[in-house]
Amino acid sequence: MLLNQFLILSAVLFSIGVYGVLTRRNGVMVLMSIELILNSVNINLVAFAAFREAISGEVFALFVIAVAAAEVGVGLAMVLLLYRNRRNIDLAGIDSMKG
Amino acid sequence: MVSLFVAQIRGLDQLESSEVLVAQNVFFAIIALVMVLAALKMVTTENIVHAALYLVIVLAGAAGMFILLGAEFIAVTQILVYIGAIIVLFLFGIMLTKGSFGTEEGEFIEKSQMAVLVAVLIVTVASGSFIDSFRYTELSREAPSTTAEIGDTIFSQFIIPFEAISVLLLAALIGSVVIARRDQ
Amino acid sequence: MIRFLAAVTSSGDSIPLGITDAGNWFLQNVWLIPLIPAMSFIGILFFGKRLPRGGSELGIAALAIAFLLSICTGFAWMDHRDNFHGEEISQALVSGEHGEHGEHGEHGEPSLAVVNTTTWFTTGGVEFSVGTLVDGPAVMMLFVVTLVSLLVHIYSTDYVAGDRRYTHFFAFLSLFSASMLLLVISENTLQLLVSWELVGLCSFALIGHWWEEKENSNAALKAFLTNRVGDMGLLIGVTILFFATGKLLPDTFGSFSIVTTNALASAGLLSHSTLLIAACCLMAAVMSKSGQFFLHTWLPDAMAGPTPVSALIHAATMVVAGVFMIARLYGVFFEGFSIGGSSINLMALIGGFTTLVGACLAFVQRDIKKVLAYSTISQLGYMVMALGVGAWTAAMFHLFTHAFFKACLFLGSGSVAHSVHSFDMKSDMGGLRKEMPQTFRTFIIGSIALAGLPPFAGFWSKDEILVGTGGWGIMGGTGGNGSYTFMLVMGMITAALTAAYMTRCVYLTFFGEFRGHGHPHESGKRITVPLWILAVLAIFAGFLNLPKGFQLVPKSLQERFGHYVEPVAGYFPQISHATPSWSLAIVSTIIVIAGVVFSWNYYFVKVENTSKETGESLTELPNGLTTRLALARMGHTLLVNKYYLDHLYTGIITRAVKEPIAELAYRSNQEILDRTVDTFGRSAVKIGQLNYFKIDQNVVDGFVNASGRISSESGEELRKIQSGKVQSYAAILFAAATILAGLLIVIV
Repeated sequence: MLLNQFLILSAVLFSIGVYGVLTRRNGVMVLMSIELILNSVNINLVAFAAFREAISGEVFALFVIAVAAAEVGVGLAMVLLLYRNRRNIDLAGIDSMKG
Repeated sequence: MVSLFVAQIRGLDQLESSEVLVAQNVFFAIIALVMVLAALKMVTTENIVHAALYLVIVLAGAAGMFILLGAEFIAVTQILVYIGAIIVLFLFGIMLTKGSFGTEEGEFIEKSQMAVLVAVLIVTVASGSFIDSFRYTELSREAPSTTAEIGDTIFSQFIIPFEAISVLLLAALIGSVVIARRDQ
Repeated sequence: MIRFLAAVTSSGDSIPLGITDAGNWFLQNVWLIPLIPAMSFIGILFFGKRLPRGGSELGIAALAIAFLLSICTGFAWMDHRDNFHGEEISQALVSGEHGEHGEHGEHGEPSLAVVNTTTWFTTGGVEFSVGTLVDGPAVMMLFVVTLVSLLVHIYSTDYVAGDRRYTHFFAFLSLFSASMLLLVISENTLQLLVSWELVGLCSFALIGHWWEEKENSNAALKAFLTNRVGDMGLLIGVTILFFATGKLLPDTFGSFSIVTTNALASAGLLSHSTLLIAACCLMAAVMSKSGQFFLHTWLPDAMAGPTPVSALIHAATMVVAGVFMIARLYGVFFEGFSIGGSSINLMALIGGFTTLVGACLAFVQRDIKKVLAYSTISQLGYMVMALGVGAWTAAMFHLFTHAFFKACLFLGSGSVAHSVHSFDMKSDMGGLRKEMPQTFRTFIIGSIALAGLPPFAGFWSKDEILVGTGGWGIMGGTGGNGSYTFMLVMGMITAALTAAYMTRCVYLTFFGEFRGHGHPHESGKRITVPLWILAVLAIFAGFLNLPKGFQLVPKSLQERFGHYVEPVAGYFPQISHATPSWSLAIVSTIIVIAGVVFSWNYYFVKVENTSKETGESLTELPNGLTTRLALARMGHTLLVNKYYLDHLYTGIITRAVKEPIAELAYRSNQEILDRTVDTFGRSAVKIGQLNYFKIDQNVVDGFVNASGRISSESGEELRKIQSGKVQSYAAILFAAATILAGLLIVIV
């Protein structure tokens, strides 16, 4: 197997994830796309770990999983709060930052 | 039929290493294809529950990739944490915010050309640089990493990051409770 | 650590540490002692409410086992001290760093502390170990902490009976005991730091036990925050020592080990200025934890907690953690402050000053517990002063005796308060000697011991400190580490003051007529039995360290405490011991008696007579010194307001930090920035006007107009990007980041 197989796969998944983050209006969907991004990063990390025969890449992937879990927890709490306050989770509607 | 399949699997360990490599490549191609398709479906489908299920496929595919890369512990963790916990969390999130989406404006923002552009840009830059740097570099892993190895590394070399992560998880736990709590 | 210590015994590039890893089972497994109360904490927390006695039986059982283990450890240590002839461990050094290691000839046989360590974790090439260091002071503290804690547990079953957080109370008592026990057997400074913080946490929880009252939760916060100030010092000091020792050790860049640090410091291998800075930082920690002037203000407020807590934490054990830390890292302090051969240093000065300050404040308190709190501050000052003048053993001995009589006094005050439901001596007490004979007797014993009259415990330890100052040069009591005559004077004055305020306290509480309401009654067995045990110890504990050369007892009974507790080892500095002197003992006793007589004359004679004349129970003379003399009144006001320290902290310092900074920011904003901008603006206008008529009108105008139109149009276009939509921002962010990454790849 080539290293590049995995790296390009992760790049493709990453960009799909970015597309999701950029186009979806649903807060939960955005969070799911972020998970996709984090997963592609994990594939990348583990591929390099296999390539360099270094275990630290895998440890980092584990840390990414843990961080992702924390991120989903906080993110979903925010989405729920948003839902409670506005009765929807449409990100396009959130423009109070507009100057 | 089943016996045939089993026989095939039994036969796997008698394969030559080059044949193993071929088999690995075949598996890689299948999984990668499924993953990319599922990911595309996930970001484009209108139905959010379906999207969550497509995400499951992608995550399972990633676990398969980890196994191909000889990282069995990560693969198991992936399935446990992602498919076992995070997806459930997502489904709860979907359930609790159900009906929040009127169809009048759709699931997507109006101008998605920009997003396509950005995505293509990312793929181009990333793949370009990968191909440029690694071209035909082979993965020459001799043996898969063991759980014991990972444990040793985490609890010696990475003990402080590990503790930091645990504090982070605690903070996230408390934070999400505080954020989602109903104020009296 | 053991790995680095690979038994190098006689090489030139190593230093003897005075420790061994062999020893009796009890010395090897001393970690069990903190573990048992810690388990009891968890047990009480989870099952306490379901147990028939609300978890208290679990705590008492744990402490009883810990106490028995401590006694066994004590005997094992005594045997080890006298009969152990094993291999001593040495610390390998970086080659070329030879030290001059003198022999410990003066004190006879060296004592080898028993050290057991295990690696906790390794990160970045540094091994973090946990372990136990068992030597004299550790064993002594184990005994004191477990005994006082056990008695306080028993006492509390009656005192806080029926409290709504009864189980919670016992859980924290257990945790507190565990932390303190962990602290005294800490092998390295990191472990010390952890247990130090744990002790602080428990103190916070227990002071605020009745947090429903704002005052109590404020007191808890005050204690916690004041301690944080010192903890920063501890953290910095520990870090400095870590890197300082690391320079001398092979294969590592730092060491937390207490013995190694001390040994290197004592051998003079660490630079003096490093040690001085480290010692100053650690001193800050001592000042906050052990209530030294000027960070002592939390301690009297901490009396808001339940009385058993005050007895356990704020008299006998936790507050001595600071003193113990000095004793533990004595090599660092001894070299850092140059204690030997000097006549004044920071530690001795702080201690001496604190002891006077605390004693003066104790005079004006109405609250019986606050009298004792200030007395604790004063006595802690005594210990710190003793350590500051190099009288290490005297300080430890005073810690030992003080724990008993102060716990006795505190529990006695609790017993009184339990019966009259108040702590106010002036309005709710008086004449209790008849109603509460047991409490009265034990309180008197504790008071005499605190005042330091022979042959009670306090006398011996106080006398030893006074001798240890080395200031009594007139009649032969010399030979200390320096000539700290100033400290001797402070100690003498405090002795007189202590005697006087305790006489006042005893009079106001137990003599005269009862001024409170209701009918006071003697407390139950669970309160009086601990009182009597402590009282007996307050009488006899002093005999453990009869001075050397004391003619009335055989030589084998002299200085037993010093022999077993004071380390004679590589990790301990070579301190010299002062020769005891009869003349000093007699003079100090006379001073104490003078203090008692003075106070007696005022309260027992004058106030008593006036009370009989007027027919009511007075607490002071109606035409006393403060009413007649302006100076005395001023002094009284100063004391009542605690030297205005609280005002200084909250009123002045906090406000000084808050308001002027805001003011300054405002001013600088208004005057400097605005004026600069103004000036710029004004000159720009002038230049502009100048230009306008000459160049602008003709040449530039056309150009500007054109560019203006372009920018307005492009702005119109760009405005769309500034949509306020998160995702369009994100798209730009992603695109920009990718392009930058691509550029980097191309360039690099």
